[in-house]
Amino acid sequence: MRSDLGQLFKSRDYWGPLVVIAALFFVVIPAVGLSTVTRVRSSDFVTRMNDLLDTLPGSIQAGALGETPTARAAYVLAVYLLAPIAVVVPLTVSSAVGAHAIVGERERGTGEFLAHAPVSIHEIYVGKLIAALIPGYAATFGGFAVYALVVNVVAGPSLGGWFFPTAGWWMLIAWVLPPFLAVALAIIVWVSGRMRSTAASQQAASLVSLPVILLAYGVAGGVVANPTRWGLVIGATAWAIAAAALVAGATAFDRERLLGFGD
Amino acid sequence: MVAPALSFQSVLRRFGEVTAVTALTMEVPVGSITVLLGPNGAGKTTTVRLATGALRTDAGAVRVHGLDPVADGEAVRQRCGVVPPKPAMYDRLTGRQNLGFAADLYGIDRGRIAASAARFGIGHALDQTVGGYSTGMRTRLALARAFLHDPDVLLLDEPTAGLDPESVRDVLTLITELASAGRSILMCTHLLHEAEGIADQLALMVGGTVRALGHPRTLADRYLGHPLVLIDAEDRGALGAVAAHPGVRNTRWDGALEVELETLGALPDLVAALVAGGVRLTRVEPKTTRLADLYFEMQRVHGGEG
Repeated sequence: MRSDLGQLFKSRDYWGPLVVIAALFFVVIPAVGLSTVTRVRSSDFVTRMNDLLDTLPGSIQAGALGETPTARAAYVLAVYLLAPIAVVVPLTVSSAVGAHAIVGERERGTGEFLAHAPVSIHEIYVGKLIAALIPGYAATFGGFAVYALVVNVVAGPSLGGWFFPTAGWWMLIAWVLPPFLAVALAIIVWVSGRMRSTAASQQAASLVSLPVILLAYGVAGGVVANPTRWGLVIGATAWAIAAAALVAGATAFDRERLLGFGD
Repeated sequence: MVAPALSFQSVLRRFGEVTAVTALTMEVPVGSITVLLGPNGAGKTTTVRLATGALRTDAGAVRVHGLDPVADGEAVRQRCGVVPPKPAMYDRLTGRQNLGFAADLYGIDRGRIAASAARFGIGHALDQTVGGYSTGMRTRLALARAFLHDPDVLLLDEPTAGLDPESVRDVLTLITELASAGRSILMCTHLLHEAEGIADQLALMVGGTVRALGHPRTLADRYLGHPLVLIDAEDRGALGAVAAHPGVRNTRWDGALEVELETLGALPDLVAALVAGGVRLTRVEPKTTRLADLYFEMQRVHGGEG
């Protein structure tokens, strides 16, 4: 795990684009969107946001802060509409790392070293998973903190001060998103052990992570809107699936995979 | 009786339709150097991987100091040091970080890193990123990594690939010293000159199995026949009588008179007879068997059996 993270930390060509993606989703898009609403006061945009709010469930409408249409539009944008971005970035980061996990060792030839090392195959598997999870979680929590800062600074004045994060966001970040990451990674690491090249593994990881991202994207809005009801249920379900996926992945992982054999 | 350091008994390993190793039976005695010779694809690397449990057998048994590499994998691997055929490292990490990672995996003090690196002449580059290492430097680091935890059993798969002649000599000297200190070594190579003189036991691997196994001298006797001695004299004409001497099988001129004897035991009598006959000898030299001769002869005999 430490070798993976050390390599990753030194790979500017690798984490550079990911930082750009994170900055785009957590800083640029919310800053531009909220500035448009609160500073430019685009009446057309605000009207559309308020129209959208009218279509949302009553609980969301009741929870939307703000005395003016502009403030309400800013709140809806910051709290509800941008929630899924918290899902996209960590899953993208972790799947990129996870795709390298096994096939990368094989391509470098370091899989041979690991295969001869006095550690159990489960330790290697867990190390690979954690090495992929840490950047994902770091992106999640780091991005979450930055996002909170951005929306509070940009939209806070219109909403009477700091209003973010809400209970729903805490639920999403701390309870729901981690198991989604774990599920995606369990599958991606499994895929990585079966691919012949990193390029193929990345392609496969994209295909695997896409439905997970879409699923997580779909539930994120619901969790943010109704954290108590949806958040607990979806999070618990996701944790159960994650546990099963991790156990299945660990069971299927084999020392010979590090050498490019298996099945 | 001391159990062998490594034991393979009727081992079989297939990869799909391909049989990589079959009916492999071999032992590596404690404190000895066994050189596994064979062409590419003979099964040498698979044999090393089976020894540590990195690969499982399909049949047969492998033991390392009596331990099963699959059931007791961690204990076996803790006792083994492996130099793989490709000295792969984490290129973005420094040499020190690579060795540090190995030290952590083997549960040993990182304080050993400097000594192990110095032993293989790579100490000066420990803080450089491995991606900038030459092939020789990578091989040295791989050797330092394999020796870091002071293993009982060394599995060296082409350990001198990419090294310059001085480094090759140093590594071979070190291997010999380690064997003298009780370490057991299985070294795979197809570079015959490397194995020359250091092997306590030679194993010829062809088609996934060991076709010939034994001390180089024993194998030379078996495959190369009778000993040869080169004899020369001031008056070469006086050597004409050698062919008729008891114990001499054959003679031919090859710079000097090459004499094929029944056994080396016939040589003292032959020399005494020549000297008694007034022949002034200028050269009496048992012809050393070259490993290459032995290898190619063994290959000739067994190569078609794969």
